[in-house]
Amino acid sequence: MHAEAKQHDFEPKIVAFVCTWCTYAGADLAGTSRMQYPANVRVLKFPCTGRIDPVFILRAFQKGADGVLVSGCHPGDCHYMAGNFHARRRFAAFRALLDFVGVDLHRLQFSWVSAAEGGKWVEVVTELTERVRAMGPMLEFKSLEHEEQWSAFQALADVPGVVNTPELKEAYDKI
Amino acid sequence: MSRIGVFVCHCGENISRTVDVEQVARAAGEIPGVAYACDYKYMCSDPGQNLLKKAVAEHKLDGVVVAACSPRMHEKTFRKAASAAGLNPYLCDMANIREHCSWVHEDKKLATAKAADIVKLMVERVKKGKSLAPITVPVTKRALVIGGGIAGIQAALDIADAGHQVMLVEREPSIGGHMAQLSETFPTLDCSQCIMTPKMVDVANHPNITLHTFSEVEKVEGYIGNFQVTLKHKARSVDESKCTGCGICMTKCPKKKIPNEFDQGHGMRTAIYVPFPQAVPNTPVIDRENCTMFQSGKCGVCAKVCGPGAVDYQQEDRFSVESVGAVVVATGFKLYSIDRKPEGSPIQGYGEFGYGTIPDVIDGLTFERLASASGPTGGKILRPSDGKEPKQVVFIQCVGSRAREKGISYCSKVCCMYTAKHTMLYHHKVHDGQAYVFFMDARTPGKGYDEFWRRAVEEEEAVYIRGMVSRMYQKGEKIVVMGSDIQVGVQVEIEADLVVLATAVQAQDGADLLAQKLGISYDKYNFYSEAHAKLKPVECATAGIYLAGACQGPKDIPDTVSQASAAAAKVMTLFSKDQLERDPVVAKVNEKYCVGCLACKKVCPYGAVEEKEIRDRQGNLVKVVAYVNPGVCGGCGTCQATCPSKSVELDGYTDEQIMAMIESL
Repeated sequence: MHAEAKQHDFEPKIVAFVCTWCTYAGADLAGTSRMQYPANVRVLKFPCTGRIDPVFILRAFQKGADGVLVSGCHPGDCHYMAGNFHARRRFAAFRALLDFVGVDLHRLQFSWVSAAEGGKWVEVVTELTERVRAMGPMLEFKSLEHEEQWSAFQALADVPGVVNTPELKEAYDKI
Repeated sequence: MSRIGVFVCHCGENISRTVDVEQVARAAGEIPGVAYACDYKYMCSDPGQNLLKKAVAEHKLDGVVVAACSPRMHEKTFRKAASAAGLNPYLCDMANIREHCSWVHEDKKLATAKAADIVKLMVERVKKGKSLAPITVPVTKRALVIGGGIAGIQAALDIADAGHQVMLVEREPSIGGHMAQLSETFPTLDCSQCIMTPKMVDVANHPNITLHTFSEVEKVEGYIGNFQVTLKHKARSVDESKCTGCGICMTKCPKKKIPNEFDQGHGMRTAIYVPFPQAVPNTPVIDRENCTMFQSGKCGVCAKVCGPGAVDYQQEDRFSVESVGAVVVATGFKLYSIDRKPEGSPIQGYGEFGYGTIPDVIDGLTFERLASASGPTGGKILRPSDGKEPKQVVFIQCVGSRAREKGISYCSKVCCMYTAKHTMLYHHKVHDGQAYVFFMDARTPGKGYDEFWRRAVEEEEAVYIRGMVSRMYQKGEKIVVMGSDIQVGVQVEIEADLVVLATAVQAQDGADLLAQKLGISYDKYNFYSEAHAKLKPVECATAGIYLAGACQGPKDIPDTVSQASAAAAKVMTLFSKDQLERDPVVAKVNEKYCVGCLACKKVCPYGAVEEKEIRDRQGNLVKVVAYVNPGVCGGCGTCQATCPSKSVELDGYTDEQIMAMIESL
């Protein structure tokens, strides 16, 4: 582990949003089969990928996730018949938005992992972790958030009683 | 402030070997809102559960997180324990630190950190959790059994004998399945037809069973206790209510040379036919692809000779919608065809065995038909090419099965036994013949099975050669089989008259499509997956759907029958109650904020969303909002993610809960 830590000084935080019927069960299978994969992933269970709101992904990135995985049942295999199709359409649109906002799309992975595919779960998680590790920490949102706060602050500059000085800007930059 | 209890399980050593459970418990104790945290060797055991119950009472806990195995394993156990301690069961959640942590990470430090994170996630979730009350729905006490083989027949009879209504649906014109095709059964060598056909008649005559042959499941909607199934009744072109089963139509039909599927293409049938003489129901069906009347419009002989006037060329496919409370899936298997690689299949073909190109290379089921008294040869073993009695027969086992490089890694389970049976049947009928068997292993673990196999080897003079066949080719009338005997270490070459391949057992055609209609999961071979390999072997992960027979994996007849009865028992358990408690994970609409765009209605796969009018006291329409029928809602939450005004919320997975989990990252 120490050798590994020296090789990569950055351990990415990966958040996985998965459906309970296919991918969660697939991850369970990886466990019962004792397959090994990087410990960076944190799994959040949903009844269906159809329940996953893009806002969750944004929030996860904001809260320090370096990579996000959304995974559900294969097309046609949805326990709720069509939830994964809704998810797929939603994410097609959402990815375009995310790209526009300035987040590297390589940080977001969408995949199908069935309950029988423990091996695929390991593959997907490992691949995403390695990719994000190579990309480095997710900073896009942090700088965005900062800019937003700064512009909000500047808007206050005209308000009497609020002082806008270079020192304050510097203080903000340090946040 | 919440008072959450965290219970960290060692799972013997399964968790504690790679996760420092004490440290996880300590870390959990420091999370704000956690009033109590401890660890215990076996949390799911009786003392473990008592520990939880005691802690709930002593520390006045208002939420519980059990950090142990997958919720798929023990969520019910712990929710029950929490409930017994007076806590709402939906305020008890599990943190999966075994399947998702200790078993997949070797590094103790990393695994411990991850486990602590998972616990924290779940604590935050439980903090925002709500007490939920189970929803009760009425149960339709009527079962649907899909597949009329021995599995379906046994399940249908058991459920019907318990006094419940059963619908048996079979896509072929007759029930019976593969068992009706067999000649004798191992290990007793009793006649398959003699035990099968009475059961088929029982099904047809049972007052509680409605038989739908030549029918398929078109669509399945609803949920446990309340399924709506659309059946497609394919046009038989013969009116079942009028037909007396006299069979004159078949004798007069001018098309007589159509290979009979029931005889694996070796016997002949007419265009209007029953698959085999003992078929149930004994009503013929017109094979429209081969019928002259349907092809050219000129014939009509069967209609002319039919006394009761049952033949109806105008008949069309009919659909019916049936309400059932439970479904038993028993769609069975097919044999792996080695002559050509199925289109789009990841499974490699077995060109080296010459099936499909050399006429005297047949599969196990074809041999069954040749050996069967009701088969195309009347029970004489004659080879297909010239009708001569084969004096040297080579049986090859494990064709297509147990070969990872060819695409199927599983054992087909029945071939060792049926090949032993085939050598005996052959020896009993051709006294001067010699049977050779190429085998890899002999797998005969059933009751009386090993004795049966030994009898084939030791008493019935079959020559067993351990090794695989590499090549086969036609040489005059003979088939040269080249293989190796790995026990002696020599190459073997046999000039055979007939070769019988024990090909792999595969899932039935269209098994994946049916699974998609039913919303059940299946493995990469299209066999249906049970909910738990050991503790729930006949249940699907989808409630109310049960499995029986070889649709779940290769199985012999005794195993199939046992599983069918087990599935029937599960159905009867379900039917023993008038009301069923359902998971309260359903969507609710906030009528105050709902703008009535009904986007949720469009995406709801269950049709659970209705329009609701809100009126003031004078009865004037104020607005139209969405309303989710909790009895119909399946709990997927697609509506919530779709709702533009965030006015739908799925209980158990509210935005607040999920955001709390994300915040804790």
